Amino acid sequence: MSGTFNYQKDSNNIVTVTMDMSGPVNAMNDEYIELMSATVERLEAERADIAGVILTSAKSSFFAGGDIKNMLKAVPGVDEPALFAQTESIKSLLRRLEKLGKPVVAAINGAALGGGYEICLACHYRVALNSPAVAIGLPEISLGLLPGGGGIVRLVSKMGVEKAIMPLLEGTRFKAEKAAEFGLVEELATDTDDMMTRAQAWILANPEAANPWDIKGFKIPGGDLRKPNIAQMIQGAVPMLSQKTKGLMPAPEKILDVIANTLRVDFDTALRIESRALTSLVTTPQAKNMMTFFLQMNQVNGGGSRPKDVAKSKVKKVGILGAGMMGQGIAYVSAVAGMDVVLKDINQDAADKGKAYTEMLLNKALKRGRMSEEKKAAILGRITATVDANALQGCDLIIEAVFENVDLKHAMTKELEPLLAEGGVWGSNTSTLPITLLAEASAKPDNFIGIHFFSPVDKMPLVEIIVGEKTSPETLAKAFDYSQQIKKTPIVVNDSRGFFTSRVFGTFVDEGAVLIEEGVEPVLIENLAKLVGMPVGPLAVHDEVSQQLTSKIVVTNRELNERLGDNMNVDTATGRMSKIFVEEFKRNGKAYEGGYYDYAADGSKVIWPTIRERFVKPEVDFPNLDIKERILFRQVVESVRCLEEGVLKSVADGNIGSIMGIGFPPYTGGVFQYINTYGVQKFADRAAELSELYGERFAPPALLLKKAADGELFV
Amino acid sequence: MATTAFIYDAVRTPRGKGKKDGSLHEVKPVDLLAGLLNGLRDRHSLDTSKVDDVIMGCVTPIGEQGSCVAKTALLKAGWDERVAGFQLDRFCASGLEAVNLAAQKVASGWEDLVVAGGVECMSRVPMGSNGGAWGEDPQTAFDSSFVPQGVGADLIATLANFSREDVDAFALNSQKKAAAARDAGYFDKSVLPVKDENGVTILERDEFIKPDSSLEGLAGLKASFEFHGSLGYDDIALSKYPQVVKINHIHTPGNSSGIVDGASAVLIGSEKIGAELGLKARGRIVATAVTSTEPTIMLTGPAPATWKVLEKAGMSIDDIDLFEVNEAFASVVLRFQKETGVPDEKINVNGGSIAMGHPLGATGAMLVGTCLDELERRNLRFGLITLCVGGGMGIATIIERV
Repeated sequence: MSGTFNYQKDSNNIVTVTMDMSGPVNAMNDEYIELMSATVERLEAERADIAGVILTSAKSSFFAGGDIKNMLKAVPGVDEPALFAQTESIKSLLRRLEKLGKPVVAAINGAALGGGYEICLACHYRVALNSPAVAIGLPEISLGLLPGGGGIVRLVSKMGVEKAIMPLLEGTRFKAEKAAEFGLVEELATDTDDMMTRAQAWILANPEAANPWDIKGFKIPGGDLRKPNIAQMIQGAVPMLSQKTKGLMPAPEKILDVIANTLRVDFDTALRIESRALTSLVTTPQAKNMMTFFLQMNQVNGGGSRPKDVAKSKVKKVGILGAGMMGQGIAYVSAVAGMDVVLKDINQDAADKGKAYTEMLLNKALKRGRMSEEKKAAILGRITATVDANALQGCDLIIEAVFENVDLKHAMTKELEPLLAEGGVWGSNTSTLPITLLAEASAKPDNFIGIHFFSPVDKMPLVEIIVGEKTSPETLAKAFDYSQQIKKTPIVVNDSRGFFTSRVFGTFVDEGAVLIEEGVEPVLIENLAKLVGMPVGPLAVHDEVSQQLTSKIVVTNRELNERLGDNMNVDTATGRMSKIFVEEFKRNGKAYEGGYYDYAADGSKVIWPTIRERFVKPEVDFPNLDIKERILFRQVVESVRCLEEGVLKSVADGNIGSIMGIGFPPYTGGVFQYINTYGVQKFADRAAELSELYGERFAPPALLLKKAADGELFV
Repeated sequence: MATTAFIYDAVRTPRGKGKKDGSLHEVKPVDLLAGLLNGLRDRHSLDTSKVDDVIMGCVTPIGEQGSCVAKTALLKAGWDERVAGFQLDRFCASGLEAVNLAAQKVASGWEDLVVAGGVECMSRVPMGSNGGAWGEDPQTAFDSSFVPQGVGADLIATLANFSREDVDAFALNSQKKAAAARDAGYFDKSVLPVKDENGVTILERDEFIKPDSSLEGLAGLKASFEFHGSLGYDDIALSKYPQVVKINHIHTPGNSSGIVDGASAVLIGSEKIGAELGLKARGRIVATAVTSTEPTIMLTGPAPATWKVLEKAGMSIDDIDLFEVNEAFASVVLRFQKETGVPDEKINVNGGSIAMGHPLGATGAMLVGTCLDELERRNLRFGLITLCVGGGMGIATIIERV
């Protein structure tokens, strides 16, 4: 079936062009160029008999933007001329449309993001449906790209750089009302008829419409680079942006550069520069990684790891055991999602405090105008803070978030599992204890599953679902559906010590400890970790987690080894450093006496001087690149092992989990995608080299060597 | 064998405070330069038709300093119309580059007599007002990790553990040496007073020097580049120096070079033209060098340039009797000393730009004159002039008193 741009002229000689491409959405691809080209040609030919044009869509969205799958195929050094030519041809059609000499109005019936909004910008006027389905903006930056269909040049020319710069650099998505407020659309409509009526009215009232930049004497609102405050703003944006990108992401830099060009040269020249800049980004590893991330997010959220044949479920009543930091966060997100929540602790004060956490967050939202008093009352009303086990009666789901102690967790399961509703699920929020072991206490181990949250629960977008040996597909599906109910992205992993995220995160902290043991300057370790894109250095992270906890984990792991007859390595650098900190330094972590750092009351921190005296060896001089790559490779190699051992079931889960759960740098596209754009063979060689230089933990796993030998990517 | 490039004279204007209340603010750049050129001409009853070229450094060559200020000043000065003029910009090295280029022209034998110097009226054409892609063009700035040079000066200090007290003490010393030298008349021979069209003197001696400076006063000044650093430039710099916790911002207007107005001119020629015109050689250019170093820290060029010029000249650092290391920032000179081991007694013996000011395009040639004057006064032989330069560059010149 081929798509159409339906062309209808009404009695007022207004032509309505309804975009209805062959795919599920309208998108910027070769088909679009063909359809738009035919449309523009016809409009030009019939120009004399036309009063104006309304551009709208037959889909539920207006227009979806670029064709990501196609862009992912672009080969650097080969496809650039074709990409540039395609971008230019898309632009020249829009340019002809806006220079038709007749008013052109975008009637925005649904989402108009990226290329979709760029089409709207080339119209002379925009009327949007005031509907939740409408989302407007230029989010290309989140894909490592830039708005190359005239989006930068037109937005800057339309509203001036001071206003246009933030939506371009942040890729802000606007809801209909915000879009109107900001000036991205000129009018809102209550329904489709109203939208078309308003569009027609504007056409009849503005028969001579042209965009401002095509009117002689045009000046960019607020001024261009000749104006000192504008020049200063552009200059100042460079260091500001560098702080965020650390030179790791080319898209924000290119966007700023195109903005500056727009402020210096004429409109058409700026458009051409914009095309060149987009072309240069499409084939960068960062863009490929971020586009892949986007597709894999859809895969994960679309249920890629959820059993297909189980019907969708919904949790109505959830019980949470333990009102500590995790429990109270889980209570909050569940109540906000509309569930009845029983927050149970052994102590009423603790339970009340756990509920007060939700109130505190709601008050914050209230202050920011994102919450009404009624809604707040309703959400709080859904949470029962109690010590009474009977309140749990009839829960569809009970999430246990008590201390990491097998016997305690076993006791809870035995005591409270019977209170679950028929077919109810028992979820354990553990980050270290094997689910299969915990399920031993359960009468219904097939209904037992791990639901690993990240702290702080209200902010962290990920949930790691752990499938035990006996966990049923139905239980997995229910846990998956619950995660989506609370608007988290669920990744699914198999049971194993540390699962996926804790295990890989642990290697990050551990590599920091190894570097300290080797005598590397702590500031260098921390700065290089940040320079390679980790949000925080491994030493600061260890302090956050607390040396107290990591030393306890060593004990737990040793006990587990005995209990399970397992041989997980407990003599790690993390373990050794934790011991020194807790026993010798009496420094238990950030929340206690401090750790690697001393913490001041104002939130600032400095490396505790003894660290330097005790550990730093001035003669140690590893290349900075080695340290940077060790920090990433350590995590990546561990992830490959997780995939090899079947802990991870899909590459997508690993990529998404690493970025959203443990702060692996977004520009990499995740732990596996990092290998792909590094080059699989090259990565394997480098891992072998690091193994040679720094230890076997970097040795390329068999799966990596096989992929390299077969010339396969991690997909 | 190349022709020897002799220095026949080196003159400069006094340096005026580079603000509205500075004495030279009322003087147009073209007049400041024309006046100095004519002063030079008159000292030697120079037949200007014998001058092949006049090369002038200018770091902000726009507006009234734009469009080849060297030739414009020649026109204004009424020199023979056959004299060519050339304006060049190598950032803070411009004045010394003009001297070096003049020496190379003479040494090549292709020109015989060249005037080299520079002009910068910083009160009238503000520093940085000519823009440039390095700082202003986003992609260029991103690609090259641009940071303002003051942040680089603070980074130099941080890396070497120079404290605020160290740089302030250096600054105070510069003030004392400069004041003593000026008051003893050491500069009088080469400083030509600036006069108006009626012959009335506008400024006779350097006016920027603050002889009453004190450590307490200096310690009270606010760090100049803390704000720039906080905008994100510190982080850019640290991305290249990840071993640094944070940049210690210690440079202030008191321990950085002063903003002033001024011009300089050095007369360089072959032995033959000197004989023909009855000029007496005071010195010769022994060797010149330019180099470049890491651009983000930007100001570490002097020592590498010094090693390079010494190698070219076949000399060792101990052969040099006096050094002029431009005091762009105190840390630049302190680092130079740390890297080369040159003792205090040989370096900037009459103060420097911290006390007297740094008229960007003119300074390099001024330092040649200052150095030569002092070699003569002390009866010494070799001097070395070096400056840190934008973009990470370094420049150095060795001169010999004859």
